[in-house]
Amino acid sequence: MATLEIKDLHVAVQDMQDADATKEILRGVDLTVRAGETHAIMGPNGSGKSTLAYAIAGHPKYTVTSGAILLDGENVLEMTVDERARAGLFLAMQYPVEVPGVSTSNFLRSAATAVRGEAPKLRTWVKEVKQAMSDLDIDAAFAERSVNEGFSGGEKKRHEVLQLSLLKPKIAILDETDSGLDVDALRVVSDGINSYRADGDVGVLLITHYTRILRHITPDHVHVFAGGRIVASGGAELADELEEHGYVRFAGVTT
Amino acid sequence: MTETLVPARSVPAGSRGERFTSYDVDAFEVPGGREEEWRFTPMRRLHGLHDGSATLDGAAEITVTSGPDAAGVTVETVGRDDARIGDGGVPSDRVAAQAWSRFETATVVTLDGTPAPVTIALAGPGAGNTSVAHLHLRTKPHAEAVVVLDHSGSGTLASNTEVVLAPGSRLTLLVVEDWADDAVHVGAQHVSVGQDATFRAVAVTLGGDLVRVSPTVTFAAPGGDAELAGLAFADAGQHFEQRLLVDHAQPNCRSNVVYKNALQGRDAHTVWIGDVLIRAAAEGTQSFELNRNLLLTERSRADSVPNLEIETGEIAGAGHASATGRFDDEQLFYLQSRGISESQARRLVVRGFFGEILNKITVPELRDRLETAIEAELAAIGS
Repeated sequence: MATLEIKDLHVAVQDMQDADATKEILRGVDLTVRAGETHAIMGPNGSGKSTLAYAIAGHPKYTVTSGAILLDGENVLEMTVDERARAGLFLAMQYPVEVPGVSTSNFLRSAATAVRGEAPKLRTWVKEVKQAMSDLDIDAAFAERSVNEGFSGGEKKRHEVLQLSLLKPKIAILDETDSGLDVDALRVVSDGINSYRADGDVGVLLITHYTRILRHITPDHVHVFAGGRIVASGGAELADELEEHGYVRFAGVTT
Repeated sequence: MTETLVPARSVPAGSRGERFTSYDVDAFEVPGGREEEWRFTPMRRLHGLHDGSATLDGAAEITVTSGPDAAGVTVETVGRDDARIGDGGVPSDRVAAQAWSRFETATVVTLDGTPAPVTIALAGPGAGNTSVAHLHLRTKPHAEAVVVLDHSGSGTLASNTEVVLAPGSRLTLLVVEDWADDAVHVGAQHVSVGQDATFRAVAVTLGGDLVRVSPTVTFAAPGGDAELAGLAFADAGQHFEQRLLVDHAQPNCRSNVVYKNALQGRDAHTVWIGDVLIRAAAEGTQSFELNRNLLLTERSRADSVPNLEIETGEIAGAGHASATGRFDDEQLFYLQSRGISESQARRLVVRGFFGEILNKITVPELRDRLETAIEAELAAIGS
């Protein structure tokens, strides 16, 4: 049973205006995500939600100034980005990166080989990928295209969820996976996430600005993020309250 | 004493159609390094090839190996007066003319029928030595042949390679420049494509201190088809320069140029000049040229100058594209976030980048060897 523990996490980013200065974005985040649980993190723009996601994944732009991140007791902060992924962390990105020249099929197989510790058997692998792609309404031709290159916003998000289902992480962080999706795409993507949740003991950290994805994916816990920390936590009903009243109570803003 | 102020001589690119050519080295001025055709080249590293100060104190060794059945392959060593010399073209820079003025014997390889792949190994004159070399490849009408021209070794070399395609013939020329770290090679290729002939070239540059290769393709008659592909992998301090000219003066010919360079390490430098000239008579021409450069590390430099001159509106199509990009931190992060290690990520990106070019190498053993060499280059910086 995997557990991700985030303890009093402080994270800074380099100031865009002044190279020598840093700006603190996360100011003491405490959160524990256990396998089988789905946590939604909601908050206004600029509250630090995405920073939390990237800090867990290990993006070099963000510096952890104090606090801890542990996966099953192991110190995640001492791991490289790829070690974190191999340890069972997965980040579905809000803006997946285009990698020209690297075919999606080659990328998926390389990633699966790295995460599973051995190359998947070719025959079962091809079948597995085909099935996963068809479940997400992804055209088979995508396998031969360069990673994310020329993909529409919705195609990129499906491609992220495809990786989720193939790489089978213990803890999945979904950073605004719902943004930019139309109603149909949102349903397909949500179904994909739900079916992965149903298959195994995964802990999900769902970062979102809007409540609409929570109608498809029911969270066990909802946390409100403002000013770089969690300011309120509750059950699914907290999302309904946010839907009605916005974030004004927590952040003094209405967006 | 009167001083006359002479404005600094600016060197306009000029039309490629009016470029000067001569077999005679003395017909060219000694380049100073500011001329358009020399401005990217570190002249001091030419060891005097350009200004006549080089002493030809060595000899490049040329070894021709044909397949088990040598039928259709004729190898000759001929003197300067052989009537065929010059069929490919005329030098257009001083180093090529220098090599042309000084060579004593040329190796002529004639290809007829459908011979097995021929390998021409050209070894440099050895560290500290300088030499010139002259190669002449020609096909008989309707021949179909593959030639591997494999450069290696040490020293300084100025060479001319003539390639003359007879009507209806098809030649694939795979050129490897895999020199030792000290080597300097300034090479000119003079390619003449006959009526309805097909020329396929792949140039792979992996090693050497300074490698500057200038292929010029002309069409002797209508219906010719030339594809020039290339890749270079420049490490710290290496200067690899490719200067291509495709000169369309005949109607209904086709040309396609695609060159890709990867650079890693401090002061790795690649230069790609892609000139395509479509003269008034060259109606129905179809032409495209593309250059892509991938900077794997900081402090490396890729220059790319595509140049398309069109003197007739009656063409099938012409275009060019050039782009230089970095393997950036975001791509690395994305691949790593999927469990892929940094060195593996670099390999994936470079393999993907070069794949299109390597796939054109139709000799599997050579392709394997070059893929291994590229992996080794990557491993050098690796992790």
